Amino acid sequence: MADILQVLYTIVPAALIASTPLLLTALGGLFSERSGVVNIGLEGLMVMGAFSGIVGTLFFESIGFGFASPWMGMLAAIILGAIFSLFHAVASITLKADQIVSGVALNFLALGLSVFIVREVFDSGQTDAISARLFRIDVPLLSEIPVIGSMFFSRIYATTFLAFIVVAIVWYVIFKTPFGLRLRSVGEHPMAADTMGIKVNRMRYIGVMLSGALGGLGGAIFAITTAGNFSAGTIVGQGFMALAALIFGKWHPVGAMGAAIFFGFAQALSISAQQIPGLSEIPQVYMLILPYVLTILALAGFVGKAEPPKALNQTY
Amino acid sequence: MFGLFIPLIAIGFGFFAGAIIMLFSGNNPMTGYVALVQGVFGDLYYFGETLQQMIPLIFSGIAVAFAFRTGLLNIGVEGQLIVGWFAAVIVGITIEAPMIIHLPLAILGGAMAGALWGFVPGLLKARLQVHEVIVTIMMNYIAMHIVNALIRAYFQESGQRTAFIHDSASLASEFLAEITNFSRLHWGFVLAVLACVLMWFLLWKTKSGFELRSVGYNRQASAYSGMNVKTNIIMSMSISGAFAGVGGAMLGLGTFEYAEILSSFTDYGFDGIAVALLGASNAIGIFFSAFLFGGLQQGANNMQGQANVAPELADIIIALIIFFVASSYLIRWIYSRLQSKKEGK
Repeated sequence: MADILQVLYTIVPAALIASTPLLLTALGGLFSERSGVVNIGLEGLMVMGAFSGIVGTLFFESIGFGFASPWMGMLAAIILGAIFSLFHAVASITLKADQIVSGVALNFLALGLSVFIVREVFDSGQTDAISARLFRIDVPLLSEIPVIGSMFFSRIYATTFLAFIVVAIVWYVIFKTPFGLRLRSVGEHPMAADTMGIKVNRMRYIGVMLSGALGGLGGAIFAITTAGNFSAGTIVGQGFMALAALIFGKWHPVGAMGAAIFFGFAQALSISAQQIPGLSEIPQVYMLILPYVLTILALAGFVGKAEPPKALNQTY
Repeated sequence: MFGLFIPLIAIGFGFFAGAIIMLFSGNNPMTGYVALVQGVFGDLYYFGETLQQMIPLIFSGIAVAFAFRTGLLNIGVEGQLIVGWFAAVIVGITIEAPMIIHLPLAILGGAMAGALWGFVPGLLKARLQVHEVIVTIMMNYIAMHIVNALIRAYFQESGQRTAFIHDSASLASEFLAEITNFSRLHWGFVLAVLACVLMWFLLWKTKSGFELRSVGYNRQASAYSGMNVKTNIIMSMSISGAFAGVGGAMLGLGTFEYAEILSSFTDYGFDGIAVALLGASNAIGIFFSAFLFGGLQQGANNMQGQANVAPELADIIIALIIFFVASSYLIRWIYSRLQSKKEGK
């Protein structure tokens, strides 16, 4: 029993930390896809976020912001992510490009542009490592709760809590505000929404830019907490895993949260399974492919049918 | 007329944007582009390497185009190429046979593996109306992780790769290497050209090719005229996957002669989308756009060496060309504005 608890004390915080970037990026994708714009470009937005998060942190460190630097870096990632997502927005909304092709191009562009700048500035394929890292903290009071306290509220990054607060905000915005209603109506039936006087393209621009902001934040948090620097290999597939979480969570913020935590668990397990008796027998590859297999099964209706927004991937 | 006009304008925009980026990053665009062109045509070795780069691009371009003709977007070429690469190398390592049997068998192995990886999303699309784009993306990751795990568990020879394939399964060509100053150009180039011809033949000269194009053009009308839309979807994805798998086999049997544990995607599959898009999904167009993108990638190395421009500039130009081709609406709009102005006068 004590052994199991000890394992959980290691795994649960690791899983929550791993799920944080996925969760934020998936929530970003939710805004875009609820407005009817497919966002295959989440990966690219995370790349851009990781890049600007690290470069921003290095910059603010150098001008003496100290431990505020990573937070300023994250802010930079939010802004640059939103601006960068305009490529996808302009191409797929105003210029009526195929949304999927435009998203693929966005992924290419993000990697090309960020690594290009890194090579020009740092004269190598990766940036310097940031020194002002975030620290894992114990939450006052909550971490004192027996069992649960050490599992969920100890040695965790503040960004993880931020992500869970964002879930509640996104849920409220999407389902309880006029803005959310408009956004959803544009994604379900743009023509009807247009008839009611809602500016379809403007709502879609906002949706895509929010995905850029949150995807940028997700990428920055991954880079700052987990990687510590930026190179072409920093973001490899996390954006697509976030997309998987969004679909597996049925385009619902709480669903996406559940899926992101689950995928985070799979990631944490695949890394630390070797130390856990009983689990070390399972080949790591099963854990690695789990999110992707589950998404296919969810889409096929074997894990409950996932119904996408009706006007998804349609230009208006 | 527009068929050629839009890609050329898009290429022009792409290179123009690349020049601006070079200017802003303190490089001389002229020096950069001269180095790029020299990196393709400046030496027989470079030219051979460019042709070598084209081989997998042609196959992945054909794969994307084939699915596209049926109204499907195959983002899974990357995964199909990876399993094809792996399967071909495994056949090349484990079987001993004379070349006349061994080499076709290895290529067939690649084709079969790729076809299987295309069959799954095709089947799900046809039977359960699951959108192929997300499934194929997920299949890419599944392919990479499974192949990595298999190599790690059973075939790891030295470092991160398998053993070399037997000579009887090799596409390497002393002749082609010699006339190109010992580049890695191999017989796969001939196969790639043949694949272009095969694609044209399949699509335009056979009954099922007609059906594939018809289904891509109008699904309802095709069903009404008695075509089996579901079978066509599955077949198109499988053929598409087979082409991608052979593209992978070209890497495994020709360029590298081994398979390796991949830490990230090869990107040949994604480049295939650009190749097919720019080539307007037809055989000749794909050949030329594969040459452009292969040349960009090859020339980028030289650009770094001679003009000190980071090679990622090639990726930026490719991405922008995709944006511009996909946004052909913009080009059409400008064109129609120009036309109406002319008429107004």
